[in-house]
Amino acid sequence: MASKALRGLTSAEVGAATTAALLFFVCLIVAGMTDHSGYAFHMVIFTLASGWAFFTVINRGFDPESAPPPRTIDGKPNYNMGPIKVATIAAMGWGIAGFLVGLVIALQLAFPALNFDLPWTNFGRLRPLHTSAVIFAFGGNVLIATSLYVVQRTCRARLAGELAPWFVVLGYNLFIVIAGTGYLLGITQGKEYAEPEWYADLFLTTVWVTYLLVFLGTIWRRDEPHIYVANWFFIGFIVTIAVLHLGNNAAIPVSILSPKSYIIWSGIQDAMFQWWYGHNAVGFFLTAGFLGIMYYFIPKRAERPVYSYRLSIIHFWSLIFMYIWAGPHHLHYTALPDWAQTLGMTFSIMLWMPSWGGMINGLMTLSGAWDRLRTDPVLRMMVVSVAFYGMATFEGPLMSIKAVNALSHYTDWTIGHVHSGALGWVGYISFGAIYCLVPWLWKKERLYSDRLVEWHFWISTIGIVLYISAMWVSGIMQGLMWRAYTNLGFLEYSFVETVEAMHPYYVIRALGGLLFLCGALIMAYNLWRTIVDPAVRSVAVARQSVPMAAE
Amino acid sequence: MSEAKHGPDLDTPTGQTTTGHSWDGIKELNTPLPRWWLWTFYLTILWAVGYWIAYPAWPLIASHTTGVLGYSSRAELAQAMTALEARRDVQSAGLRQATVDQIAADPALTRMAIARGRAAFGDNCVGCHGQGGAGGIGYPNLTDDEWIWGGTLADIELTLLHGARWSQDNRTRTGDMLAFGKLGLMQRAQAESVVEYVRSIAGLDVERGADLARGRQLFVEHCVSCHGSEGKGNRTLGAPDLTDAIWLYGSSRTVLVETVLNGRAGIMPAWAGRLDPVTIKALTVYVHSLGGGQR
Repeated sequence: MASKALRGLTSAEVGAATTAALLFFVCLIVAGMTDHSGYAFHMVIFTLASGWAFFTVINRGFDPESAPPPRTIDGKPNYNMGPIKVATIAAMGWGIAGFLVGLVIALQLAFPALNFDLPWTNFGRLRPLHTSAVIFAFGGNVLIATSLYVVQRTCRARLAGELAPWFVVLGYNLFIVIAGTGYLLGITQGKEYAEPEWYADLFLTTVWVTYLLVFLGTIWRRDEPHIYVANWFFIGFIVTIAVLHLGNNAAIPVSILSPKSYIIWSGIQDAMFQWWYGHNAVGFFLTAGFLGIMYYFIPKRAERPVYSYRLSIIHFWSLIFMYIWAGPHHLHYTALPDWAQTLGMTFSIMLWMPSWGGMINGLMTLSGAWDRLRTDPVLRMMVVSVAFYGMATFEGPLMSIKAVNALSHYTDWTIGHVHSGALGWVGYISFGAIYCLVPWLWKKERLYSDRLVEWHFWISTIGIVLYISAMWVSGIMQGLMWRAYTNLGFLEYSFVETVEAMHPYYVIRALGGLLFLCGALIMAYNLWRTIVDPAVRSVAVARQSVPMAAE
Repeated sequence: MSEAKHGPDLDTPTGQTTTGHSWDGIKELNTPLPRWWLWTFYLTILWAVGYWIAYPAWPLIASHTTGVLGYSSRAELAQAMTALEARRDVQSAGLRQATVDQIAADPALTRMAIARGRAAFGDNCVGCHGQGGAGGIGYPNLTDDEWIWGGTLADIELTLLHGARWSQDNRTRTGDMLAFGKLGLMQRAQAESVVEYVRSIAGLDVERGADLARGRQLFVEHCVSCHGSEGKGNRTLGAPDLTDAIWLYGSSRTVLVETVLNGRAGIMPAWAGRLDPVTIKALTVYVHSLGGGQR
């Protein structure tokens, strides 16, 4: 007993423990008083989580070895990689779950019997589960892992805070559990990409603000005179997502005992807020954040300098300035005033080159190292990712033109467009980054198998091609069928006939999704073996066995 | 692996110098902006400015810039709809004046009505009646000659205009299959008995030893007022013929007992006011033409 001495809680630990204790009691009381079973379930989760957090934080105070680690050891930064490892594993796990649910809903569209007539397995609930799982659970964990890694390495500074980075990673994943189970239980505020209800939104706000503070705090501590471009993109992403989240989720709860809330915006203002948010979830979450990943992992992996510093500055500022205006192109030919539609469309067109600036900088960084594409499947994955980025950011402005949108809107073309960005760009740059990160984080000299990466690359590339080409054909066909008139001036096809015509493409799309999922499973196996297989030597062992090379 | 800071140096493969910074070993080249990139960017900005001048674009205090073309998407829609209506009217002027019987008597008008009716059916009716009008459980098949409310042109038009059991329309078709069980008029055993009798007059197999006399007696007491003493039904009351092979909800014992105990009251909306009169006439002729239309 005497061996354990209270080393004294730091003020951060006192604050965290007090907050956790308060949250514990509030959630416990709400769980007991509410008559909504799904909400009670969520409050029980929060109760357990805050109880666990309380005891974990207090326990640290009794553990003499948990004294705050030094920021540097022997003059070298003492990087904090624990939370990053957790976020990396979480990303892979959520990714597979999200891809799997995507496959299920793709199959449901082709074979509706797979809805099973159960409320929690029907398409309406599983679709947001899929989008949120891949964007926020998979993408979000990739962003948190890579941004916290990159900011430390490029600032030569340990992460700011000791509890805070853990709160960011664990809190974010707790939010995902609340959001995901909420969809299945039917708790939603019905806003695209912003389905979680007010209490989940509030919790996410605290997590996100902590994330911003950890990130900025680390930059503040930096031992480099300048801030690397990847970090500008990460800051742009974190700050804007905070603003978007607060704007679009401004809601008044019915009661603290109810999960239901009402958004304060109404009518077309609500629609405009929604798509300002929705489009910039794409622009800042899925683009700016992942450009941050690209700017670190591609030059690092290719061992080449970034193509153009000037281009990185110009395209960063033009990108973030243009993107925020582009939302109204989601509301062409609706009650949204014409002037707002015009702005949405013209800014989308002007966004084309700023987007391509990122593509150029990514691809041209390979100058002098193109041969690496033959031998390094991880680098190839990231380069193909940038090519998909270029394709999707050409297609986007094209589809924002009203005349094109009149054909493409509400059709599968949109789904194809989103997935060329999601599977190709976001998916591949994330896979590439994780393939780099896992050996680095677990201090292994290499991946378990490059051949498996090759298999992953080719299987999922075929999957992506099947997916997006099926959706292009089906979407354009759908749009043309909807607007086809007979020579007497009547609609040629009824809606149900267009649905019938899409069936074969839905089957092809599901096949594409299956291949993409198979690729991810191969990846997960490869990563797991990299971490646990003793045949993959750790960096330290590898160094010892090689005769001292010239530094 | 030196992490030391150093000044700009030359990158051999590209011939560019670096900026002199290094972050975790990553350097940046001083490559100027690609010309084509810059000019395309300027071009898109120029195009946007031109578009702003031509179309409504920028919000002002209480209004917005309207653009020199005077464009409005509402006006564009109205124009397109007027043009479409005009195109249809030229072709279908005859439909406006004619009654459904006159349309059916004139092959040219019939063709036009079927074209218009088919399009309207696809957008409004297939949700319940299925593609081609084949129906489903609870939704009548429109291609056979069993009609709940009547299969003449006039009957079909009336059902279309006012619907069935559509409470907002006081001329709607009315007549419910009573819930004999819920109303306390029959016990389950009695319902089972009457169902055996109904199955016997429909030519379906009957359970061995079933008391058909008792079933017949219950049928006379409760059912004949709507379905008739022969079970042939009554279209003014929407009571279907029980002697043919067509069953709206199914003919199994379980389903029939459920029908007797809990009743049935399927709803068809009234389309008057939701569809224009010409479209309703066209739909009437179209549905009549599906195979089961009666004179």
